[in-house]
Amino acid sequence: MGVEEKLGDMGVVTTTLETAVNWARTNAMWPMLFGLACCAIEMMSAQAANYDMSRFGMELMRPSPRQSDLMIVAGRVSRKMAPVLRRLYDQMPEPKWVIAMGDCASCGGVFNNYAIVQGVDEVVPVDVYVAGCPPRPEALIHGVVTLFEKVKGEKFADLAKA
Amino acid sequence: MDTRLEKIVKVLQEKAGATYEEFRGEVHVFINVGQIVDALTFLRDEHQFSLLSAMTAVDYWPQENPRFHIIYQLTSLTQNLSIQLRIPVNGSQLKVPTATRVFEVANWREREIMDMFGIEFEDHPDPRRILMPEDWEGHPLRKDYPLGYEEPQFTFNFDEIDVRKPYAKE
Repeated sequence: MGVEEKLGDMGVVTTTLETAVNWARTNAMWPMLFGLACCAIEMMSAQAANYDMSRFGMELMRPSPRQSDLMIVAGRVSRKMAPVLRRLYDQMPEPKWVIAMGDCASCGGVFNNYAIVQGVDEVVPVDVYVAGCPPRPEALIHGVVTLFEKVKGEKFADLAKA
Repeated sequence: MDTRLEKIVKVLQEKAGATYEEFRGEVHVFINVGQIVDALTFLRDEHQFSLLSAMTAVDYWPQENPRFHIIYQLTSLTQNLSIQLRIPVNGSQLKVPTATRVFEVANWREREIMDMFGIEFEDHPDPRRILMPEDWEGHPLRKDYPLGYEEPQFTFNFDEIDVRKPYAKE
């Protein structure tokens, strides 16, 4: 993971450097287009003009996993789609984060049955869960800002050991 | 029912010994397993029922005999008629001849029935599961398959379920 492994724990130097690196990561985090179902509509409307996510650095959404930092899993994931989701997550380069948007991605939502994965954290490790069915664009933006606060609190020491 | 349908149903009764039921203009004809391909070919060729609109199955568990009914809904576009053929299938003999030679579209419909109900179609060109993953066990649309998948995780049982839940590794 680049910088972290080489520096480790060097006091004042790493603190300022951590702040700088985390600031850079949060200010231009590009999400991956992973709208699966109805939550995708809310994700689109959060990206569009009225509730603009570009204000928060998500200028554009990359369909390619190799060029994105954040995966917003928007919608229900069926059992057949789960290996595909895992493969796309593995293709994203570090550092990467996952937001589980909506009830179906967080816990299976209303679909407690054989066909839907009960919560996307059975497939990928999730950082932020946004509740709602579908969550309003403001709720998604709140989830994104929560993720930014989590990223700002990340320290090199934790990342180096991981 | 429609007079043209009456003629067709009468022919089916004579040829295949079929019984029928009627409901508000719709006709459901009960046919045996061995005669279904001939009946479908006959209806397609002689009476222009060239569209297999729907093919599905019903589970009548806990009644074992018959347990399933396989339903073929045939439509004739030239005559504006629609007829439904039903095959009673026992719970112990789950083999049915395939209809893909008569109607190509029956390929995926039969795959869905094989996946969801477990009824096997003989000589099917592609007998794979279509909706569930390949290594899934069980047939979800049977009546003895459990309805929900997992226990809801409320506050009082949060920790017990948390231990059992399959979280993803990094």
